[in-house]
Amino acid sequence: MSKLITRRSVMAAGAAGAIGTIATLPISMVRLAFAGEREDFSFTYISDSHIQQIKGASFVRNWDQGLKRAVAEANLIKPESDFVMFGGDLAQLGKREELDHGAEILSHLTPKLRCVLGEHDYYLDLGEYWGKLYGAHWYSFDHKGVHFVVLNSIIVNDEWTHRRWPTPERRMAEMAGLDNPNGSPFMVGEKQREWLRENLSKVGHDTPIVVFSHSPLQKIYKGWNFWTDDAEEVQALLAPFDSVNVIYGHVHQIQYNQIGNISFNSVMATAWPWPYPQSYAQAESHLPVLTVPMNRGDPFFERDATGWQLIDVHSGRVAAHYQLWDNPARTVAFDPKQGRPVDLAHQDPTQRRPPQSHY
Amino acid sequence: MVGKRNAALLLSGFCLMAGTALGRAEPLGLPPVPTPADNPQSAEKIALGEKLFHDKRFSGDASVGCATCHADDKAFTDGPRKTSRGIGGQFGTRNAPTVVNSAYFSTLFWDGRAASLEDQSQHPMVNPIEMGLASHEPVLKIVREDPAYVEAFQKAFGVAGAGVSLEHVKKAIASYERTLISGDSPFDRWYFKGETFAIGEAAKRGFEVFVGQGRCVSCHVIEQDQALFTDNRFHNIGVGINKIQAEVPRLAAEFLKAKAAGGSVDKSVLSDPKTSDLGRFAVTASFDEIGAFKTSTLRNISVTGPYMHDGSLKTLRDVVKHYNEGGKSPGDPSVNPYLSGGIRPLELSEKQIDDLVAFMETLTSAQYAQADTKEGAAQ
Repeated sequence: MSKLITRRSVMAAGAAGAIGTIATLPISMVRLAFAGEREDFSFTYISDSHIQQIKGASFVRNWDQGLKRAVAEANLIKPESDFVMFGGDLAQLGKREELDHGAEILSHLTPKLRCVLGEHDYYLDLGEYWGKLYGAHWYSFDHKGVHFVVLNSIIVNDEWTHRRWPTPERRMAEMAGLDNPNGSPFMVGEKQREWLRENLSKVGHDTPIVVFSHSPLQKIYKGWNFWTDDAEEVQALLAPFDSVNVIYGHVHQIQYNQIGNISFNSVMATAWPWPYPQSYAQAESHLPVLTVPMNRGDPFFERDATGWQLIDVHSGRVAAHYQLWDNPARTVAFDPKQGRPVDLAHQDPTQRRPPQSHY
Repeated sequence: MVGKRNAALLLSGFCLMAGTALGRAEPLGLPPVPTPADNPQSAEKIALGEKLFHDKRFSGDASVGCATCHADDKAFTDGPRKTSRGIGGQFGTRNAPTVVNSAYFSTLFWDGRAASLEDQSQHPMVNPIEMGLASHEPVLKIVREDPAYVEAFQKAFGVAGAGVSLEHVKKAIASYERTLISGDSPFDRWYFKGETFAIGEAAKRGFEVFVGQGRCVSCHVIEQDQALFTDNRFHNIGVGINKIQAEVPRLAAEFLKAKAAGGSVDKSVLSDPKTSDLGRFAVTASFDEIGAFKTSTLRNISVTGPYMHDGSLKTLRDVVKHYNEGGKSPGDPSVNPYLSGGIRPLELSEKQIDDLVAFMETLTSAQYAQADTKEGAAQ
């Protein structure tokens, strides 16, 4: 359940963790540590809306409602967050109509908006129209002492992109399927890695770095492109920095990880959830055919397992506060003692909710 | 589901009564009445509660009692009023929900701001729109001095004089309310007892819509051996909030500021219609509950109109049409962005709508079938 978030409650959430079993950096210490160097700030992260045109002015209502709700709630945050990131896959099939419709919904955001490019925005016209709306496919900016980098991590090899498919529509459709064996692994690519090397060469190693990508800059599950093929090479460019945080969309679920100095946090989709890859098995289904309908219409809450997040980098590390509709809010924050992100409520094995094991 | 977990937690603090009053089994279609461990039912307490419930002296000008808005002959509502009328002819912002079967609610009031019947009973007395007392002192003065009450409190609780407290008053009222239980409707006899002809063909088709395409049962719950027709949860279904959606950022901020400064939720939600429309958000400050109100039970629904927290929908047909449009009624600019995830257009035909209404009309228990709540009824 998403509580109204105030700066104070965000800090309280961090401080509460310090009292519990999870040690986090107390807020007062954060302030001391960075006094005079950097102001506390939060930004909003909305991702994976998959706005989908049915026909003409008709769009999938469920996806529209998810994005509209995130935008409306993000506008209620007091004090206003410093900026909003949209994490990619604004559209489902990269169409102008979809991007325009999504952009119109996003235009109601009061804070400044910046965007990450997702594969669903890209593979129809290779990001041309998206670029007209939101500018460069990769870029960087600095905010209150933190260096932010936005990458286009959903590029694949030239043969797949330019030669394999008869039409752009077919190319887009092939890339739009999560578990389509005709897909191709994502990568950042040599050109962008060179740009990143150059970009980071001007940044002090003690400056906190936050990288936004659409696909995870780590290898999780190739079959669903929860994957970036040149992840190790990108990670190597980030290795010299004291504090690096990667935030990615695409996976529609909460993930967090630590590789060396790099903390990884995923964000939720506003459209629909994906299952965890480990729960996926391509085994034959032996479910009996239903002859008696269940005593309910359908899985009821369309917003279940979707949401958005408020993120702070008070400690130079990311604390992601997940606003989960129809579910209790969760916070995944960097724990300096363990040197990795932890879930403030559920990290302790006794506090975990076991997965459903029967149906 | 969250709702079920909450219900289980709640029930663990209660003992389950063997009967609605004393020794009587619950009517067909209802589970045992949950009763708090510190307020067991007794005949004396129930009789005292009934007297308190109907006493108009607990208001600023001795004109309003609980039964003014929860009238016995109106299925414990004040239909056909849209919103309730309190002291000095003032109208509040909310429609009086029936007390009947409220014993099964895990929270009280449309926004759930009271956790029990006991807690709920004290608030209207001191709300300036409802019964208008400045404090509960006048109530205590009456129950400590009126000879009939002196005797009744002595019998029910073994207390007298200054020993009579507001807690005793609350417990007695709640005990009485726990006896207002009604099941054994035509639906119950058809569904739980297998009486084929207890309901008509249209109602049977309506039941299929209720549990299928209409998706009603997801919140208005029917279980295997009983049916409360509520999930005891809160949902934004687009009533009231649709009209004020553009003002929510300002209203929410102003309300939270006033609440933080010590303002009473009870008073602000009943005096300002726009604040009222913020729903459960006023209680929890949760984004998820902006414009959300408690799922009403559907038992006796055809005699407890008009409908919704603001009484804005006059007939059951209007209600079904609101849901059929995906949470929108004539006059609403669009659905609000905070709309609950379960609310979406249903694409029911006119016939299905009629059938659904016919089904809901089978949920009325015999003792309330003649409730005097229709337009033109004495108010």
